[in-house]
Amino acid sequence: MFSDYSMSELGAIFAMQGFAGLILFSVFVLMALGLAIIFGQMGVINMAHGEFMILGAYVTYFVSNFFSAFLPGLFPAYFFVAMILAFFASGALGLLVEWSIIRHLYKRPLDTLLATWGLSLILQQFYRSVFGAREVGVTIPNWMMGSMPVTDLIEVPINGIFVMILAVSISLCVYVMMFRSRWGKQVRAINQNRVMAGAVGINTEWTDRLTFGIGCGVAGVAGSAFTMIGSTGPTSGQLYIVDTFLVVVFGGAGSILGTIASAFSISQAQSIMEFFLSGSMAKVLTLLVVVGILMIRPQGLFSLKLRK
Amino acid sequence: MTISKTSLFTRQELIGFIVLAVVIFVLLPLALDNFRLNLFGKYLTYAFVAIGLVLCWGAGGILSLGQGVFFGLGGYCMAMFLKLEASTPENTSIQSTPGIPDFMDWNQLTELPSWWVPFYSLTFSLVAVVIVPVIFAFIIGVAMFRRRVGGVYFAIITQAFAAILTILIIGQQGYTGGVNGITDLRTLKGWDIRTDEAKEVLYYVNGVLLFVVLVIAQFVRKSKLGRILIAMRDQEDRVRFSGYDVAGFKIFIFCLGAAFAGIGGAMFTLQVGFMSPTLVGIVPSIEMVIFCAVGGRLSILGAVYGALLVNWAKTTFSESFPELWLFGLGGLFIAVVMLFPNGLAGVWSEKIMPRIAGLMEGRKPTAKPLVAPSPKEKEAA
Repeated sequence: MFSDYSMSELGAIFAMQGFAGLILFSVFVLMALGLAIIFGQMGVINMAHGEFMILGAYVTYFVSNFFSAFLPGLFPAYFFVAMILAFFASGALGLLVEWSIIRHLYKRPLDTLLATWGLSLILQQFYRSVFGAREVGVTIPNWMMGSMPVTDLIEVPINGIFVMILAVSISLCVYVMMFRSRWGKQVRAINQNRVMAGAVGINTEWTDRLTFGIGCGVAGVAGSAFTMIGSTGPTSGQLYIVDTFLVVVFGGAGSILGTIASAFSISQAQSIMEFFLSGSMAKVLTLLVVVGILMIRPQGLFSLKLRK
Repeated sequence: MTISKTSLFTRQELIGFIVLAVVIFVLLPLALDNFRLNLFGKYLTYAFVAIGLVLCWGAGGILSLGQGVFFGLGGYCMAMFLKLEASTPENTSIQSTPGIPDFMDWNQLTELPSWWVPFYSLTFSLVAVVIVPVIFAFIIGVAMFRRRVGGVYFAIITQAFAAILTILIIGQQGYTGGVNGITDLRTLKGWDIRTDEAKEVLYYVNGVLLFVVLVIAQFVRKSKLGRILIAMRDQEDRVRFSGYDVAGFKIFIFCLGAAFAGIGGAMFTLQVGFMSPTLVGIVPSIEMVIFCAVGGRLSILGAVYGALLVNWAKTTFSESFPELWLFGLGGLFIAVVMLFPNGLAGVWSEKIMPRIAGLMEGRKPTAKPLVAPSPKEKEAA
C-alpha cells in the first residue's frame, strides 16, 4: 500500500496524520484527565462524564452568542471567559450530583456505573428538550481560523494548535493541583488509606465532593475546547465515553502520566491507521489492540505500586 | 448433601414458576391482540439475557456490559440462515449476482463469502446460535478471569467489546448488512415467519424455551456451583484459598449467560424478523442490565418480569410521550440503584410477602425471603 506514494509524500502523510493524531490526542487527554481524577483517585465510574463535557460545550456556545450580540469588540477573547464559566458550570453540577447520588454509592462501584448511566440519559434528554436535537457549532474567532504552512506539503490548522496548547496547559494545572497542592495531597492520602486519612483530620467527605466537582469541571473545560474543532449535539458525549474509559484504564488508573501516554499512543495509532484503512477498521483495530494489551497487562501501562 | 428432584424448588419457588407460566401462556395471550402479543414475544427474548445476567451479576458478581454482543451474535447466526433461505436465485433474479443476499449485491460482492456458506444448514445455524456466543465468552472469560480482572475493569472491557462489534458490523456492510442489519427475512424451512399465526406460534416457542432456560438457571442456583458462585461474590479470596478454581467457575457462568443471550437473540430474529447492530451496541447492552436490575438482580423470575415491564413501559411511553421516556428510564436507573437494589423481587420478598403471609396465617410473618437473604440466614440455610 506504500508503493503508490513517493518518499516525500509519505513523509508528509505521516506528518499530517500525525498532527491530526495530535489533535485527537489533545481531545482524549482533555476528556480523560477529568475521568482520571474521578475514576483513578476515587474509583467512581462516571458514565455521565461525556454529558458534563457537553455542558461545557453548550456554555461556550452561549457565551459566544452573548459576546457576538452584546460585546462584539471583545469577541476574539470570548473563549477564555467561556472556559472559566464552563469549568464552574460543570463543576457545580458535579458537586450537586456527588451530594445527591454518588456519595451514597461509594461502597458499590458497579452501582455508580448504572446510576450515572441513568443520569447521562436524563441529561441527554434535558439537552435535547432545552437546546434542541440539532448540533450547534460556535463561531470561531478570526485569529483561530486558517492554517499555518510548515513546508510546502505540510499544513497545520491553527485551532488544532490552540487545542493542543490548551491540553498541555490543563494537564500541567492538573499535575500541579494533584502533586503540589494541599487538596491533591489529601486526595492521594484518602486514595491510599481512607480511614487513616480521616483519622489525621482530613475531611474525607468534603474532599471527595471537591474531587468529583473538579473532575467534572475539567470535563467542562474539555467540552469547551471541543467546540473549537467540532459541533455539539445532545448525544455527542456518549460517542466518546468508551474511548475515554479505555484511555484511562489503559494508562493505569490513578496515574496521570499513564493517562497522557495512553492517550498519545491510542490517538496516534488510530489516526495513522485511518489513512490506510477505512475509519471504522482503524478504530476496530485500535480498540482490539488496546483490549488485547489490557488482557495481558490488566493494570495498564503505568500502575501505582499500591497495596489495596 | 443430595440433590433430589424435590429440592430443586421450594414450595414458594414452585408457586412462582406456576404463576409465571400462567401469565405467559394464559393471561397474556387472552388479554392481548396479535400485535401486542408479538411485542411481548419480543420482550420475552430480552428475558433470556436478563436471566443470564442474574446468574453472572446477581449470583456471580460479574457485571457484563457486553451482553448485547452475545444477543447479537446469536441473532445474527439465525438471521444469516434465514437470509440465505430468502435469497434464492428466483427471489433475487433482478440482482447482478442472483442467489446472494441483497445487501451483498448492493455492495458489489459477486460471490458469497466462505464463512457464510455453512449457514445454509439449519442444524449448523442452530448450533452456532449457542456455540458462537459461548466461544466468544470463553475467550473473553479465559483472558480476563485467569488474570483476575474483575469488577469495574471487566465491565468497561466488555463494554469496549460491544463498541468494537457494533463498529465492525456497521463498517463491513458488504458482509453484515451494515447499519440496517439483516432484513427481509421470510421463511424458516419453507414456513412463513411473517404471518400472524407464525408470530403466535413463535411466542409460545419463546415461552417454552424461556422455561427451559429458567429451569437450567434454577438448577445452577440450587446446585453446589450456585453456592460457590455466591461465596465467590461475597468473599472471592476465601473461596480461592479453600482450593476452588475461582476463574473456572466464573468462565463457566459467563459462558452460560452468553448461551442464554444467544438463544434470546436467535428468538428475537425469528419473532421480529430482522437483526441489526442497534441491538448489539453499548446502549442496548446497558438496557439489558437494567431489565435485570429492575426485576431483581438476585431473582431469575424477577428478571423475566423486569424485562417484560421495562419494555412494556418503554413501548407505552415512547408511543405517547417520547420526550419523557429517557427521563423515565434514567430516573429508573437511579431509583433502582439507590432505593431498591434488589429490584421488584426484593420489594416483593421483603415488603409484600411477609404481609401476605401475616394476613393469611394471622400470626407473626414467618415467610423467608425468596432472594437476598442476609449472610447469616444464608449460613443457616
